[in-house]
Amino acid sequence: MTGAARPPANPLWRTRSPLLPPGARSRAAHLLTAAAARGVFELPCCTGCGRFAWPIPEACPDCLATVALSPAPRGARVIAATTAEVPADPYFRQRAPWRVGLVAMDCGPQALVHLDPGAGAGDAVRMTLVLDRAGQAVLHAGPEGGDMQADPQWREMTADPAGRRVLITDARHVAVLPLARALAGAGAAAIHLGVPEAWKPLPARAAFEALPGVRLVGLDVTSDRSVTDLAADLAGRVEIVVNTTDLPRPGGLMAPAAQGDARAMHDSVALGMLRLARAFGPAMAARGADGERGAVAWVNLLSVLARAHPPGWAGYAAAHAAGLSMAQALRADLASGGVRVVTVLTGPTEDDAFQTLDPPHVTGRAVADAILNALRRGLEEVVVGDVARDLVARLEKNPKAVERDLARGGLA
Amino acid sequence: MGLPRGYDGVVLAVPVTVPYVRHSPRPAQWWVGQALAALARGAGLSHRDFDGLSVASFTLGPDTTIGLTQHFGLSPRYVDFLPLGGVSGIAALRRAARAVQAGDADVVACIAADANGPQSFRRSLEQFSRASQDAVYPYGAGGPNVSFALIAQAFMADAGLSRADVGRIAVAQRTNGALNPAALLRGPMTLDGYLGARPIAPPIHLFDCVMPCAGAEAFLVLREETARAQGLPFVRLTAAIERHNGFPDDQVMLRGGWVRDVGTLWSQAGVAPGAVDLVQTYDDYPFVCAMQLADLGFCDRRELPAFLAQRDLTVAGDLPHNTSGGQLSAGQAGCAGGFLGLVEAMRQLMRVAGTRQVARARRALVSGFGMIVFDRGLGSGAAVLEAA
Repeated sequence: MTGAARPPANPLWRTRSPLLPPGARSRAAHLLTAAAARGVFELPCCTGCGRFAWPIPEACPDCLATVALSPAPRGARVIAATTAEVPADPYFRQRAPWRVGLVAMDCGPQALVHLDPGAGAGDAVRMTLVLDRAGQAVLHAGPEGGDMQADPQWREMTADPAGRRVLITDARHVAVLPLARALAGAGAAAIHLGVPEAWKPLPARAAFEALPGVRLVGLDVTSDRSVTDLAADLAGRVEIVVNTTDLPRPGGLMAPAAQGDARAMHDSVALGMLRLARAFGPAMAARGADGERGAVAWVNLLSVLARAHPPGWAGYAAAHAAGLSMAQALRADLASGGVRVVTVLTGPTEDDAFQTLDPPHVTGRAVADAILNALRRGLEEVVVGDVARDLVARLEKNPKAVERDLARGGLA
Repeated sequence: MGLPRGYDGVVLAVPVTVPYVRHSPRPAQWWVGQALAALARGAGLSHRDFDGLSVASFTLGPDTTIGLTQHFGLSPRYVDFLPLGGVSGIAALRRAARAVQAGDADVVACIAADANGPQSFRRSLEQFSRASQDAVYPYGAGGPNVSFALIAQAFMADAGLSRADVGRIAVAQRTNGALNPAALLRGPMTLDGYLGARPIAPPIHLFDCVMPCAGAEAFLVLREETARAQGLPFVRLTAAIERHNGFPDDQVMLRGGWVRDVGTLWSQAGVAPGAVDLVQTYDDYPFVCAMQLADLGFCDRRELPAFLAQRDLTVAGDLPHNTSGGQLSAGQAGCAGGFLGLVEAMRQLMRVAGTRQVARARRALVSGFGMIVFDRGLGSGAAVLEAA
């Protein structure tokens, strides 16, 4: 499957206003949101007797002990299936018929699920926790070994690049050539690659230009004019934005260039995201329901140093922390259109900038694969590379220990 | 466990229906007021003489029953609030019966009332229950249609019921409903019309569904001597059961909680299922009526196809069922749907049912079924009433 699969827009069609599925949830149910955002299958499970429960209760219905999430087997059997032809909710009514099933999960309880059209009563299915267009966790069930991308309901909840147009903000990031290749291979209809400071050499230019659907465009995210000029051309014609802008500059607070470097990194990573958000965000949110291939996702590729701050990278970590903070605001803003904001936190990549750090370094290919995987599975929180995964895991256990380790010069 | 105490001396009087409308700007409080006024008129009492007030409603918020006491100038010594949907009637009756039997109250006004604006039904779905919010509404399954479609599919497959079998119930009810001037849907229905209706969530089609509306139903519960002193016609309560979440371990609802208590019901009533002259089941979906007939002892679940083919469920038939046309014809006024069968059974036993009067109406079975908050209807109840 290669690009240019997107049919021309019909000028007689009205762009549908984005509607969202019901988004209200109990506080407890947001435990599932966290699991779905990371793409893991965890269900409410009693900490006392070990029985799974659904929907998530405030106490175990068997022994009244506390319930927490626990990894669960993903198998289930369909008890009954139906097709909602006339759903009460406007979002589903617009998308009817909608397939719904009642399944008996291998872990015990029954659940209502978004059911793949290929599954019916009595069938064995495989369950997935996925974020829907409201950004809330729901259960999807499809046939064992089936192609989930063939299920229109799965596609509605995820962000498959097939047939969609993508803007990647900085072609010079080490992940972008493999990402462009992956997107082209996944059937992206167009891939716009931002090139800052076009006078500088772009070693991979020939490789980019050989890919179907790729177009190099001038984009300097530190320039209001550059961003708004490109948005005037593209904002209504891209469905996925991948913000790869980065400016790695090592150095602690006392380094001679610390102030200037910190200002430059903030201008690129944090304020660059702000400029992109202001220029592209409104059009993206408005086009969240623009046909089968409307706007779906905005990926921010950030360093894991956004969350763990080694003093030797003070300005860089701060710029990425600011970027991570803005990414959360952007997520809330784009939610009105059902556009998913994906945070990809990566460890040090294999390019020159991080050579002072101990290996292992993350390859551009690994980052590209992680981004494509996140889009196709509808993930929201992705961590790439052993260093990044280790840091995030340690932060969850004991953030103070991580701070002390980093102060003593440790990163991995 | 022995039988619970009987309901000796407990009677019901003054069946009230505040005529339903499809959509109304009136709030639930207005419908309660109309019902109170009709109960007072019917009883020849001031509403201030009611020393018990039991209210069932989904749309009364932010009020509950206690706020209504000041709103309507009552000073009851017994209040109850039972927003239990289709089982609210049986539950209200059971509680009020024990209160008057024990002397905690003399005259309990039991009222179910709900408002219905053009968009209020859908909005109420969003907040119907915690389980629905977390695990039903996000699946395009808001409202009971999809959840009941999933149950119907499993139940009908297990019982061997076809849509045509179930359609007999709907068609007979419409025949009855045509005789009820208060029913919102009185147009004739044929089995072909039923089978050809628009699919909503198969096997649920349009004529399986009730029409949400606004309205109220009400009755008084009192001791026989109080009714006699007031000169009120009445019916007796001879048995009543109630159960919630009766079979929590069933994977899908093939039976309701009636199965657990059906023996108590008929023992307390002192008769067998065949000894009732009419039956009012809770009918949000005709297949649910079939489930109640099986669970309440009329036949085995797998005998339902033959049972439905053999019995005539119209008012002139050998098993008059949902003689007012039920909610499928009258409309579903929220919790009033849980009172509809009780109020209609009272009219039949008091012989004030007009052109739909069942010829021999001495003893009635009324069942309630309420509250699907996740994957099954939770509440089940039933009562046996006898003419005075």
